[in-house]
Amino acid sequence: MLDSRIPEGPLAEKWNMHKDNIRLVNPANKRDIDIIVVGTGLAGSSAAASLAEMGYNVKSLCFQDSPRRAHSIAAQGGINASKNYQNDGDSVHRLFYDTVKGGDYRSREANVHRLAEVSGSIIDQCVAQGVPFAREYGGLLDNRSFGGVQVSRTFYAKGQTGQQLLLGAYSALSRQISKGKVEMLNRHEMMEVVKVDGKARGIIARNLVTGEIERHSAHAVVLCTGGYGNAFYLSTNAMGSNASAAWRAHKQGSFFANPCFTQIHPTCIPVSGHYQSKLTLMSESLRNDGRIWVPKSKDDVEAILNGSKLPRDLKEEERDYYLERRYPAFGNLVPRDVASRAAKERCDAGFGVNKTGHAVYLDFASAFVRYGQTEALTKGISNPSDETIVELGREVIKSKYGNLFDMYKQITDDNPYETPMMIYPAVHYTMGGLWVDYNLMTTVPGLFAAGEANFSDHGANRLGASALMQGLADGYFVLPYTIGDYLADDIRTGKISTATVEFDAAEKKVTDELHTLISNNGDTPVDDFHRRLGLIMWEKCGMARNEKHLKEAIAEIQELRKEFHSNVLVPGSENEFNPELEKATRLADFLELGEAMCLDALTRAESCGGHFREESQTPDGEALRDDEKYTFVSAWEYTGSPSEAKLHKEDLVYDNIEVKQRSYK
Amino acid sequence: MNITLKVWRQKGPNKVGAMETHKMTEVSGDMSFLEMMDVLNGNLIREGKEPFAFDHDCREGICGSCSMFINGEAHGPGRNVTTCQLHMRSFKDGETIHVEPWRSAAFPVIKDLSVDRSSFDRIIQSGGYVSVNTSGATIDANAIPIPKHDADEAFDSATCIGCGACVATCKNSSAMLFVAAKVSQLSLLPQGKPESKERVVRMVDQMDLEGFGNCTNTGACEVECPKGISITNIARMNREFLSSNLTSK
Repeated sequence: MLDSRIPEGPLAEKWNMHKDNIRLVNPANKRDIDIIVVGTGLAGSSAAASLAEMGYNVKSLCFQDSPRRAHSIAAQGGINASKNYQNDGDSVHRLFYDTVKGGDYRSREANVHRLAEVSGSIIDQCVAQGVPFAREYGGLLDNRSFGGVQVSRTFYAKGQTGQQLLLGAYSALSRQISKGKVEMLNRHEMMEVVKVDGKARGIIARNLVTGEIERHSAHAVVLCTGGYGNAFYLSTNAMGSNASAAWRAHKQGSFFANPCFTQIHPTCIPVSGHYQSKLTLMSESLRNDGRIWVPKSKDDVEAILNGSKLPRDLKEEERDYYLERRYPAFGNLVPRDVASRAAKERCDAGFGVNKTGHAVYLDFASAFVRYGQTEALTKGISNPSDETIVELGREVIKSKYGNLFDMYKQITDDNPYETPMMIYPAVHYTMGGLWVDYNLMTTVPGLFAAGEANFSDHGANRLGASALMQGLADGYFVLPYTIGDYLADDIRTGKISTATVEFDAAEKKVTDELHTLISNNGDTPVDDFHRRLGLIMWEKCGMARNEKHLKEAIAEIQELRKEFHSNVLVPGSENEFNPELEKATRLADFLELGEAMCLDALTRAESCGGHFREESQTPDGEALRDDEKYTFVSAWEYTGSPSEAKLHKEDLVYDNIEVKQRSYK
Repeated sequence: MNITLKVWRQKGPNKVGAMETHKMTEVSGDMSFLEMMDVLNGNLIREGKEPFAFDHDCREGICGSCSMFINGEAHGPGRNVTTCQLHMRSFKDGETIHVEPWRSAAFPVIKDLSVDRSSFDRIIQSGGYVSVNTSGATIDANAIPIPKHDADEAFDSATCIGCGACVATCKNSSAMLFVAAKVSQLSLLPQGKPESKERVVRMVDQMDLEGFGNCTNTGACEVECPKGISITNIARMNREFLSSNLTSK
């Protein structure tokens, strides 16, 4: 039943051979084929622009007021590519290897290799579009290193790489809109997938300004709708980021893969109060120069909390640089899952450095000195004082991370040039998503998923600077080709009518749902329920999971879901601009997806990547995989309710890589 | 702390709006301005009243969605911040805070504090891009070295988040800073040069068509821009525009 359609042949030749062998749609026929692309992040914008360029008629939707606002824009650190510009031994194979290893051997070899192969073209493409990447004085592109790898392959534009890449894709999309090849629908939300004869043939959408319910037909539908991190309520995702398109596709027959694989990012600004609406990430690039520590003794923790000591009063030997201690080979640059768990371990042991007990230090003091000494030498300052060295070092750090330091100060009112930053892990990315085959098609024919919305490339843990790479790889270089293989059958189909019973039924389902929410007469606002769901997810399906907690979480979520449907209060009407109604429909889906995440976590009784089952760990507390039992992708089929979902397994085969216990020591 | 809010209430695009007063107690200085608005909306919903509609998304100062005119300033007091990054510690206990939408004919109000900024999208569609296909079959990214200084300057222009604070703050409702930032980014880079003459004319034409005003060099846009985009961009755009008109064939 589950056919991943991975092409035959040697790994390094699969993609080229596949491109040579799949069917094409000729240019004249493309003009008669309609494609809907939902979402305008990196994957959506690049896919819509590329498909339109090829000649298809594209309709693109985003819930934001402009396609430029999708949350890809917030990515800070960078984008990986195996260009080997730094001559440090990088190659397509090494990027492939690092990504599979980083994902803890739970991703598909063929997909990851294809990703590594096209990574170089992404950089060429973006530079051609006018993306202002950071450059060296010689005028060539600069690189930096990220966690979990030993080469410098990350391209960046200060701390705003996502913004610059998205604006590049948005400009390509805008160009196609101006040519009439893309019809852009801002402030529109997909509410349902419409299937005709088992194939995806359109969607029901809601115009968020007028509340109008619209029918849109197409020969194929592409979901580029991002991840589901907001199931945790507090995450680094945008407030509007939601899983509704993917979840509704799942309920229409698309299998959902590895929902429990979520990434908790180690360097976020800690929670400050109960009113908190979102968490802010501090780029992983900071771990290149910042050192993470907590005090060695609890007396010092106490002294810091009551204000009798400042962090800088603690001598070197009184500090526990726990990542350097536990992982000498990679130190502060271990992968995200490892760094997050290590922070939790120290804080659970009582060494957290703020009043909530959930914070560790990210300290730049030694980087100030290191850079300051080099600067003093290059500037020819003889016998510089300690103050001069630190001052010079601060300037260097400012030029590298200035905007991040400013953002930290703005949010916390603390000056990170004077005192170490405080950070704590937060939900950031979801590796799981809609199951797709090698062509990025879900188990519903004609329904495709790209970018974070699919599950395909990151296994159980994503490496830093790989999300931007995957979004653009899918949208610019994979989907535009693979979709032709499916559409080749549709050249004689003609326009799909929206005046059919299938569209009638789908529209009625949506209008009924909206009306039920509006006329519910409850007394509790949507956000209250969302906060409670988030707390259950964070406590019981977060950084560490166990059987008992997961079973409790499932029961609690089922209970919360009932309470939501009987007691939620949504003001206003469905026929107007109504942000509360939007939140309610999205939360209704998170309340089901949350249960699916817990069920998947319960079923996978091993630890791997971001999924840590307390029952499965090594004597020194590292994640312990069980390859014999769990070297598969969990693909869930919806059968009427989240708890009755049926598990299908796609076995993962590693022919080109030796599966090892991951070690960053 | 306790504050008094006077917030713009407007049912729809062609409805009459007015300020509405609400008292807030126990406001923490660590709250962002939008979190304070969340609390207000939660209270209103519980009381059976309508919450205020406002645009927001990333809440980390980069998506450009949030757009409040607070105490007579776009994105409120403080420099280089968006409303979502403005924290309540910037206000005093007992203060009265006025919250209005962006006001400009080219940004019609949708509801309450939410406005329609699709005119910005149409300006970009008129030419704010490099006409290169996304095939990836271009030259190697390092084939054309770009002086670091030019690349950095292009980056500074490219940091515009398209929020519209420049328009909201300008007495002429001019979009010159927004348009100039894109024109500058692309004209500073070799990739954007081939079409720079046509681009600036098309984008300026579209800007005029959308009903934005002209620039009279007050410099308010630069002061209120959350990304610190400099008005030297406008000078560069004017230069490009003039030279394009003088040398067009």
